[in-house]
Amino acid sequence: MIEVKNLHKSFGDSQVLKGISTVFEKGKTNLIIGQSGSGKTVLLKCLLGLFDYQKGSIGYDDKLFLSLTANQKRTLRSQIGMVFQGGALFDSLTIAENVMFPLRMFTNQSQSEMEDRASSALKRVNLENAHNKMPSEASGGMQKRVAIARAIVNNPKYLFCDEPNSGLDPKTAIVIDNLIQEITKEYDIVTVINSHDMNSVMEIGEKILFLKDGLKAWEGSKDTIFKTDNEVVTDFVYSSNLFKKVRKMYLEDL
Amino acid sequence: MNYLHNIGAYFLMIAEMFRKPTKWSVMKQLILKDIEDLIIGSLGIVAFISFFVGGVITIQTALNIDNPLIPRYLVGFATRQSIILEFAPTFISVIMAGKVGSFITSSIGTMRVTEQIDALEVMGINSVNYLVFPKTVALLLYPFVISIAMFLGIIGGMAACVFGGYSTFEDYVTGVQMDFMPFHMVYAFIKTLVFAFLLATIPSFHGYYMKGGALEVGKASTTAFVWTSVAIILLNYILTQMLLS
Repeated sequence: MIEVKNLHKSFGDSQVLKGISTVFEKGKTNLIIGQSGSGKTVLLKCLLGLFDYQKGSIGYDDKLFLSLTANQKRTLRSQIGMVFQGGALFDSLTIAENVMFPLRMFTNQSQSEMEDRASSALKRVNLENAHNKMPSEASGGMQKRVAIARAIVNNPKYLFCDEPNSGLDPKTAIVIDNLIQEITKEYDIVTVINSHDMNSVMEIGEKILFLKDGLKAWEGSKDTIFKTDNEVVTDFVYSSNLFKKVRKMYLEDL
Repeated sequence: MNYLHNIGAYFLMIAEMFRKPTKWSVMKQLILKDIEDLIIGSLGIVAFISFFVGGVITIQTALNIDNPLIPRYLVGFATRQSIILEFAPTFISVIMAGKVGSFITSSIGTMRVTEQIDALEVMGINSVNYLVFPKTVALLLYPFVISIAMFLGIIGGMAACVFGGYSTFEDYVTGVQMDFMPFHMVYAFIKTLVFAFLLATIPSFHGYYMKGGALEVGKASTTAFVWTSVAIILLNYILTQMLLS
């Protein structure tokens, strides 16, 4: 579990996070949603330790991030898997080498052991024949799957995804969403996804945190988001006519 | 104020480069790759430029010696001095600031833009050590490149001298060997090592701390070239004053 308490973050005079408190639970897909500029990415980067924050705390299974020593932070980071928006694969390495990268850095496994682990991870994301391709030869969906394989190869306890299906066609986006959800259950990890894709929210949003102007505007799940009468949330989630109709039909069915 | 901030950030980056080192098995591979990219990959252009500039120095020296009382072997002497003292260590370094420097800035800058550096940081890797240290170590072989530049510059001068009919082979060789001071080589290699450090770290700094997208990567490469050249020229003056005066 990751517990965020009263998190404040500002850049100069501009306050981006204004006291966020929430809990991201283990074995669940936790989504952070909100408009552009609402503070989603800043919150994610604070969780990852890429940004320092001015006030509040972030606890990883009762260990407060800021109170950890450099070595403890290093250990914690080796337990974190991250899927970046653009994949962030290393251009100069093949797909297999990209997946083996965390193993090479943090374990003392032999080359054959690392290759086996990388093959298993690539198989898990349905990429069995792409080992020797370079990232530039892979499609957007493939790159995302490689990024997921790299994130899970070292058996992380925490998985973070920054808009994992941005730039993908709807069918591939659903494949990626389902893959992340399956991996979350299978590995029993804390997964935090930053997204503004409403399909993802409805598909895998077991816990949803809605941010607006750096504040927590709403918290719930994909089931409760249909029923909420919070105008800020409904304005954002049901901004298209299609989603308005879907919601109406859903509520009528209930 | 911005200049002071950047100078401070540059020295902090250098300090960071020696903290929390990357595993040696990984670092070894990175160093070998950078030797290939930065040193081996530069030999062709350095050899080409050195050979022909050596030739030009010889021709210009020979054409400016009108007085029949000045011995012709001075052509070889002047060529050797120009190449060893200035052309090879300093001007090849300025050229390398364009070739190697822009490669370093654009490759690290692209990693910044595509979040690859963030990926390293999230994994708990010291990204400055991972990216900059192997380049700095690889460029310790830079004196080897400059030795080749010196050798080919003198050979190019000889070819121009002999085939252009400005002097005889014997005169040229006599000039090259005349009044040779070994300390001039020490001076040249001290400069070369200092410039190698600048060539590795200034372009890395501009790539690592760049902000923006693809356009800014290009701008950062240009800025890195300008500042690396300025630093080389300034330190060339300071080192010459310290070592030769």
